Amino acid sequence: MANDLFNSFMTGPDEKGRFGDFGGRFVSETLMPLILSLEEEYEKAKTDEDFWAEMNDLWTHYVGRPSPLYYANRLTEHLGGAKIYLKRDELNHTGAHKINNVLGQIILARRMGKTRIIAETGAGQHGVATATVCAKFGLKCVVYMGAHDVERQAPNVFRMRLLGAEVIAVTSGRGTLKDAMNDALRDWVTNVHDTFYCIGTVAGPHPYPAMVRDFQSIIGKEVREQLQEQEGEGRLPDTLIAAIGGGSNAMGLFFPFLDDPSVNIIGVEAGGKGVNAKMEHCASLTGGRPGVLHGNRTYLLQDDDGQILEGFSISAGLDYPGIGPEHSWLHEIGRAQYVAITDKEALEAFQLSCALEGIIPALEPSHALAHVMKIAPTLPADHIIVMNMCGRGDKDIFTVAKHLGVEINTGG
Amino acid sequence: MTRIDAKFAALNAEGRKAFVAYVMAGDPDYATSLDVLKGLPGAGVDIIEMGLPFTDPMADGPTIQLAGQRALEAGQTLQKTLDMATEFRKTDNITPIVMMGYYNPIYNRGVEKFLVDAKAAGIDGLIVVDLPPEEDEELCIPAQKAGLNFIRLATPTTDDKRLPKVLQNTSGFVYYVSITGITGSAAAEAGDVAPEVARIKAKTDLPVIVGFGIRTPDAAQSIASVADGCVVGSAIVDEIAAGKPVAEVLAFVKGLADGAHRT
Ligand SMILES: Cc1ncc(COP(=O)(O)O)c(C=O)c1O
Repeated sequence: MANDLFNSFMTGPDEKGRFGDFGGRFVSETLMPLILSLEEEYEKAKTDEDFWAEMNDLWTHYVGRPSPLYYANRLTEHLGGAKIYLKRDELNHTGAHKINNVLGQIILARRMGKTRIIAETGAGQHGVATATVCAKFGLKCVVYMGAHDVERQAPNVFRMRLLGAEVIAVTSGRGTLKDAMNDALRDWVTNVHDTFYCIGTVAGPHPYPAMVRDFQSIIGKEVREQLQEQEGEGRLPDTLIAAIGGGSNAMGLFFPFLDDPSVNIIGVEAGGKGVNAKMEHCASLTGGRPGVLHGNRTYLLQDDDGQILEGFSISAGLDYPGIGPEHSWLHEIGRAQYVAITDKEALEAFQLSCALEGIIPALEPSHALAHVMKIAPTLPADHIIVMNMCGRGDKDIFTVAKHLGVEINTGG
Repeated sequence: MTRIDAKFAALNAEGRKAFVAYVMAGDPDYATSLDVLKGLPGAGVDIIEMGLPFTDPMADGPTIQLAGQRALEAGQTLQKTLDMATEFRKTDNITPIVMMGYYNPIYNRGVEKFLVDAKAAGIDGLIVVDLPPEEDEELCIPAQKAGLNFIRLATPTTDDKRLPKVLQNTSGFVYYVSITGITGSAAAEAGDVAPEVARIKAKTDLPVIVGFGIRTPDAAQSIASVADGCVVGSAIVDEIAAGKPVAEVLAFVKGLADGAHRT
């Protein structure tokens, strides 16, 4: 990578919203003026001290940042290799990294005078975070969620409703996360004047991928400081590992380290039942190819005719047939490596985290942990892995119980 | 001069408005859809908009979403959509066909190959919903070079500052989407549409066709009267969805065409 030292990996996207060939603004004309005005507003906010002062205040007092960087000593001992740290974003208010980004977008929405917020959600974590921040600011909130996810993430649906959000079960298409995003876009096209679309991951048309990444980058920035406090000045992680649905928690961890060539970066996609010809997975980079969906060009699961395929994963939060365009670019230039983990491997990691560290992880970061379990034993004791524990597992206990053959009586 | 340009020249000479009908290719199946397509000119349709099915039609309402799903389930593909145009051209070499859809199936085929094949199949123009002027290098400019019209949507959010950009690489005609919303929504009033059409016509010599939400012969008449013509989609697709025989679908289309032509 010696030649690339002159070139930063942190300057994207370009003025067309591209990371290399990926990204862009593939939206209908009705939405184009809206995303241009969002871009303008975001560019202003980026360098506005007042904006960041408000963010920092809420991150500290409302979300509970910084989240701890925790040395997982029993996991480390058990795996018998690399030293494992967990970035504890599951301790954030609402239980995942999603709120880091939601706060930024809602503050922007308020600056733009928007009074109605819409969001799509898969696992329900982004929906809960959006409903939460809307409640805090007294904004109307409408969350689109695939009908299938409404069923398998019932606790989060109830949470959103408690928080005053209207949850719409999406039955269009196949009623999944991608269809929820379609319906959110359809809502936005219809309610252009008062509505702000709060996207939950580093996907969508420019400026969303860059904006969401910037808001989530607080994760990596904190890791950079915290690791030095614990391991000595100048010590960088050797390997970063994060799970990928759309890729926002991963981009948040990776981005501040892109220009540190010694840092090895690994994104973990959902392998479902295995990345094979039957497409029972959501591994867009491992098993897909470039296409255009939801406003950007990126790797997608699609058939020979360019029709989008449904993903498959035990984790509702990873069940998306695309991936943020910046990841597609990092994949193609080789700055980051992407692997897939199956449902079965994720379930094993879920249980190991509970047993050894007393941390019930969400199924999404369980995928990241499963990859840690694969590589840590092969690495020396002075190799530091930082894994993003981006969500807690309360929402997933019913799913996990079912897979372990345990019946939970939900009472009533 | 494409078939679209020729058609507007002819309509102009007769002092007639254009009636544009949208159907989803392959809905409910290839054979029925081809029969409908072949019958449209006889029902008074001046320009055919042929929908290319896509799994994720983010600008369409339930009617056209479901039409796309029916078509895909019946095995419709981009190739079969081109084949339909080829079949149609065997009996009609005048009525323009505009293919309307989303970019991914086209991108997936490869833009250069698609343009050669579309031209050969007798397609005259393209409307690709998710390609705004900001992405003109993707398909719009190559399409114009290949001799296909690239028809752009102008919307109520396209303000005066943005309008020149939208018109810049547009050809054939301008499609004014009269409401902010998805296909199949409520219609705009002719009184609200007229000044918008005037606003666009002040900036271009291209014909302006208005669509979205038109469902009846009267609505077709009143909207066409304030523009160069109108488009009806969801109302026709609803007839097909209801399983009406082709002749009945075409009779319904004829009613709409007569409405538009009354002006
Ligand atoms: C805990 C958790 N992790 C990860 C994800 C996947 O999203 P992303 O890849 O954008 O971080 C989700 C999405 O719902 C989630 O809830």
